[in-house]
Amino acid sequence: MDRRRFIVAGIAGTAVGCARPGGPWRFFTLQEARTVEAVCAHIIPRDRDPGAVEAGAAVFIDRQLAGFYKPLRPAYRHGVAAINRESVRFAGRAFADLPAASQLDLLLRIERSPETKPFFDLLVAHAMQGFYGDPRHGGNRERASWKMLGVASPPVRGRA
Amino acid sequence: MKRVNAVVVGAGAAGGIVAKELAEAGLSVVLLERGKWYTAWDGRKDDLRNQRTTVLGNAFGPDDERNPRVAVDLNGHAHVVRASGPGYSNNAACVGGGTLSYGAMAWRYMERDFRMRSTYGPVAGSTLEDWPISYGDLEPYYEKAEWEIGVSGDDSGNPFRAPRRKPLPMPPLAPNREFEILYPAAKRLGLHPFHIPMLRNSVPYNGRGPCMRCRWCVGFACEVNAKCGTQNTVIPKALATGNCELRTGCMTRQVLTDAHGRATGVEYFDAYDRRQRQDADLVVVSSAAVESARLLLNSKTPLFPNGLGNRYDWVGRNFQGHSYTGAFGIMPADIYDDLGPGASIAVCDYNHGNPGLAGGAMLANEFIRLPYQFVGMLPPDVPKWGQAHKDFMRSFYRRAIAVQGPTQEMPMFSARVEVDRAVRDYWGIPVARLSGDKHPHTIEIGAFAAAKAEGWLREAGAVRTWKKLAGPGLTGGQHQAGTCRMGDDPKTSVVNRYCQVHEIDNLFVIDGSVHVTNGGFNPVLTIMANAYRASDHLLKGWKGTRYK
Repeated sequence: MDRRRFIVAGIAGTAVGCARPGGPWRFFTLQEARTVEAVCAHIIPRDRDPGAVEAGAAVFIDRQLAGFYKPLRPAYRHGVAAINRESVRFAGRAFADLPAASQLDLLLRIERSPETKPFFDLLVAHAMQGFYGDPRHGGNRERASWKMLGVASPPVRGRA
Repeated sequence: MKRVNAVVVGAGAAGGIVAKELAEAGLSVVLLERGKWYTAWDGRKDDLRNQRTTVLGNAFGPDDERNPRVAVDLNGHAHVVRASGPGYSNNAACVGGGTLSYGAMAWRYMERDFRMRSTYGPVAGSTLEDWPISYGDLEPYYEKAEWEIGVSGDDSGNPFRAPRRKPLPMPPLAPNREFEILYPAAKRLGLHPFHIPMLRNSVPYNGRGPCMRCRWCVGFACEVNAKCGTQNTVIPKALATGNCELRTGCMTRQVLTDAHGRATGVEYFDAYDRRQRQDADLVVVSSAAVESARLLLNSKTPLFPNGLGNRYDWVGRNFQGHSYTGAFGIMPADIYDDLGPGASIAVCDYNHGNPGLAGGAMLANEFIRLPYQFVGMLPPDVPKWGQAHKDFMRSFYRRAIAVQGPTQEMPMFSARVEVDRAVRDYWGIPVARLSGDKHPHTIEIGAFAAAKAEGWLREAGAVRTWKKLAGPGLTGGQHQAGTCRMGDDPKTSVVNRYCQVHEIDNLFVIDGSVHVTNGGFNPVLTIMANAYRASDHLLKGWKGTRYK
């Protein structure tokens, strides 16, 4: 399967996602949040179903950075800055301001580079958690991914 | 603290049973547990925070803040690891231990699982050995565990099973979709499929209701209390005798011994971090393979300079668990039925008698995969992110089946638990240090099992399959075992056949630590059966006030 072709095909909607901020943010600055959302839009793009941005994956990450992922704050602060640095170096603009096709090129480059790969992998893992995980943590808004997969959401007892 | 007859360290699969057996026989018992007592009401269904998926922490302990360990990687580098992180080899820390949140497969080991060395001969580089006891010694206690804790299922279709006197107390749950697909396929291959025995109510039993078949099973506490663990069976019974006191939030620091080399009790930190001493006529360590070994090693005295039971350097050795090897398959159509627990069908055709292999593995279909779990199971050629990843998830989540099983491990003397010289936990106690590797033959057995799983899925009609293989590195985790080996020779084992530490009459290790080998099965029912058996023997030697 050709990843790029699929990704490019799904990119049309991402700009809309980026335009709707998921804040108020607990840890991210507005600029960081924009960058993280722009990256998330590629990790799980919107198509006929919501993508990571629409499902609030960035909100999930932000909330965890104020909680269980507190120890990862420096990794995010530096990692997001590095993405924008690369973006400015190669395209003269912050990542969120690039056209979608350039963003994708840059992400593939970032994924290949040994310096930036660890943070990118972390971001991918967290975006997956925010999209496919439990809605109580701020992601998977309106159980978007569970609806996409066709998994029912039965009411559950116990502590919420 | 008032002196008691017995102090049991750890209220898990084994400790809960020992406490109940001793308390019912009239001994005064203190059961120490470092974790909390959760109830069915704590049956929170959190896909990211449970005991199987721990990206947001362990739901049932231990907590990351107070319980570090050191893990040595294959390059020899030591890392401090978090309880919910990789490399930690975690088992839950709570009343019930792993049995609160396990998947609850209830396997009896097969006869040859107790006679691995006699069956297969020596395996180079492995401490493969026979158990000092046989299946026959455990059989009555397997039965007791099945009836007292509660097991459903039907293994009458399994011709490889060891002889049993009584059937299981509960029938299996109604078959799910995967069972219906995999059963005829196994039959066509000449295999012998049957209903997995599970420590789970399929009908009302022991005053609790049946499974409601939700998809949040393994890794979660059961919201309707249908899973049978020690926390909802034997521990309440122990407390009901009036002879057993359960103290939660208590972290045991060391086993105390006197100048004559007898155990006199334990020292621990209570829930308010106060240092306490509990004197007892006998001490039972039931803290699972990592923590039991750690406790013995942390109980050094001038008489036992290497730690208790460790004169010949066997404590902490032969650390093992299970790699899960098998395969995934994509079926031609949607087969997802949302019926928990999901795991339903197994074969034991490949546990023994495989050409060129010293052992094998049980193969079963896997528990329901929650959406986030499935992300980690995709074929290696599917991109890790992007549209293709999303497309794969959307197209195939409801069409996937997983078949896998726990690979029989070749124990390694160099796979071990030590105590770290530098790193201490919240209470100042030296932490466990895990090091070693997996035996190459274990990886071979896993590859064989994976190929068989793949063949089963193909026969079932899978249009695409991919394998799950074992990589190098230690196993441990919930199936941890082996670190206080049971044996007749004090020079090559830690406890005798009755789980008594060789040098110390009134100190027992009763849990998976004593397993010589760990079978190609989930070990919990064997841990439970052995706890009944060891308790039985202990009580026969009990002379009113002291142990002979």
